[in-house]
Amino acid sequence: MKEIKYVITDPLGMHARPAGMLVKAAAPYESKITVTAPTGSADAKRLMALMRLAAKQGMELTLTIEGADEDKAAAELQAFLSANL
Amino acid sequence: MKKGIGLPVFPGVAIGPAVVYRKAQRTLPVSSGDPAVEKAKFEAALETARQQLTALFEKAKVEIGEEQAAIVEVQLLMLDDLDYLDGVNMAIEGGAAAAIAALDTGEEFAQVFAAMDDEYMNARSADIRDMSHRLYDILCGNTGFQLPEGSFLLVAEDLAPSETIQLPRERIMAFITRQGSSSSHTAILARTLNIPSLVQSDIPFEAAEGCKVLAVDGFTGTWYADPDEQTLAMLKVKQAEAAAARDALEAYRGKESITRSGKKVLLVANIGCPEDAVDALKADAEGVGLMRSEFLYLGRDSLPTEEELFDAYRKVAETMAHRPVVIRTLDIGADKQVSYLGLEAEENPALGLRGLRICLTREEIFRPQLRAIYRASAYGNLHIMFPMVASVWELKAAKALCAKVRKELEEEGIPTKDVPIGVMVETPAAAVLAHELAKEAAFFSVGTNDLTQYTLAVDRQNAKLGQFYDPYHPALLALLAHIAKAAKDNGIWAGICGELGADPKMQEKFIEMGFTELSMAAGRILESRKLVCQSNV
Repeated sequence: MKEIKYVITDPLGMHARPAGMLVKAAAPYESKITVTAPTGSADAKRLMALMRLAAKQGMELTLTIEGADEDKAAAELQAFLSANL
Repeated sequence: MKKGIGLPVFPGVAIGPAVVYRKAQRTLPVSSGDPAVEKAKFEAALETARQQLTALFEKAKVEIGEEQAAIVEVQLLMLDDLDYLDGVNMAIEGGAAAAIAALDTGEEFAQVFAAMDDEYMNARSADIRDMSHRLYDILCGNTGFQLPEGSFLLVAEDLAPSETIQLPRERIMAFITRQGSSSSHTAILARTLNIPSLVQSDIPFEAAEGCKVLAVDGFTGTWYADPDEQTLAMLKVKQAEAAAARDALEAYRGKESITRSGKKVLLVANIGCPEDAVDALKADAEGVGLMRSEFLYLGRDSLPTEEELFDAYRKVAETMAHRPVVIRTLDIGADKQVSYLGLEAEENPALGLRGLRICLTREEIFRPQLRAIYRASAYGNLHIMFPMVASVWELKAAKALCAKVRKELEEEGIPTKDVPIGVMVETPAAAVLAHELAKEAAFFSVGTNDLTQYTLAVDRQNAKLGQFYDPYHPALLALLAHIAKAAKDNGIWAGICGELGADPKMQEKFIEMGFTELSMAAGRILESRKLVCQSNV
């Protein structure tokens, strides 16, 4: 299992657009990817579940990635978060 | 002529033919009875919706801009949401027709978002409904709304985001909706497109459909069906004036407020509550020069809690982001009374226990406000300003309390930032002592209304004294020049936050004196910037 921690810097927080992009980034991987915010947890491949976290700027997200392609997924998602959130 | 009212969301006048937008009648689909068939229908509808939204996305990006295009993009993403698809498939397996499954599942999700404690996410429920209605329409074989030729005023019950995007914006002269709010998609679009519009109007569809000419006055929030000659003439004059004035002002949006000789001025807004901050930004304010913090104390039975205050200040700080926000601490007493503070009635409240005087004598009132401001300081660029200062010791005492509060918060592990502390100069004593105060203050902002009343000994509540209440009085101007000089000599900035701040007869004079910040009603920002930019001082 891999774990990534990331503090949101986007002033709008994880609003609909970055949430949608995260889904797209997570979708190709076989691994189970879970996003945990102080407000709850959601499957990174499910848009509305992610949006329901209402994660804001300054909140810390923890991504847990578990599965055959977890190494690659972790590297890609780390890069995705830094670039988009 | 028939007329009625609505909530104006953009000023201006539009006159023309009316078109009533009614959602097309749908035939209620019946399930084939075979879940496999319904699932296949749903898959096909998804594909059609994807194509429609993709085309719409491209159109929006080119014609309307990123903000509206992003709304469509979100709906495109929602179409593929696994939770939504699971919900639809479950409903179909339970015997529902594809169209009903798409609609009902969308409604379930929309309600979840509408109930969230997050304004942004609440608004997303409209996107979910819009997306599921699209699938429903496709599954019902709905061909959609046919628009007539030429320009028109659009009357509707309400307009969904994708409906407003599909409309040919160059032909729409105004929106009039019976529902909606000033932050609804229709209102946002009206402001984006600069067209006068009303929401929550009382217009009956029959009146709009039966008239030859419909007119909207976005200044007064009035609609007229078949206006008579006199009304029409009045509206046409307003229309021409508004068009000319607006065109001229829009050129100043996003510009620096700087005079021809290079003097830079900050044009900022006066606000009362977090919602006003949003409007201030829309009006292109460069910050908030005066947040009247009384609004949370008035019209209630008990003191607001530190949490309530913190929430309000944090919202303002976040809305304005890096822009400066000056919060004036509680200025109650005089003409603003609240019963729960247990203040005694006074013979002469304007000279009584008010402003900082209450705060210094009633720490239990002052401390929660200061704690709330310091807690919120971590979220933006906050400043504190004390009202009704007359002596240097008052400022020192209040500053000491600020330092104490900040230290306490730090010990509690709560993040704070440096908060510049300034004086609202509104007593003649403070104006005369400006040089001494400037050594203790980070900035001055002159409350011209009270400074005028106290300097001239004229009660501004007394209408009979009108001719004696002269804000251009030479005594007042001398004090203002003195304040600006004291600020300059001590390396701090000075601003104006009374009604005079927006006075076009005074603005150049203020800049000349050395004031570098003018605070006013948000709607006056652009016209003031025009004046500043054209000024030679």
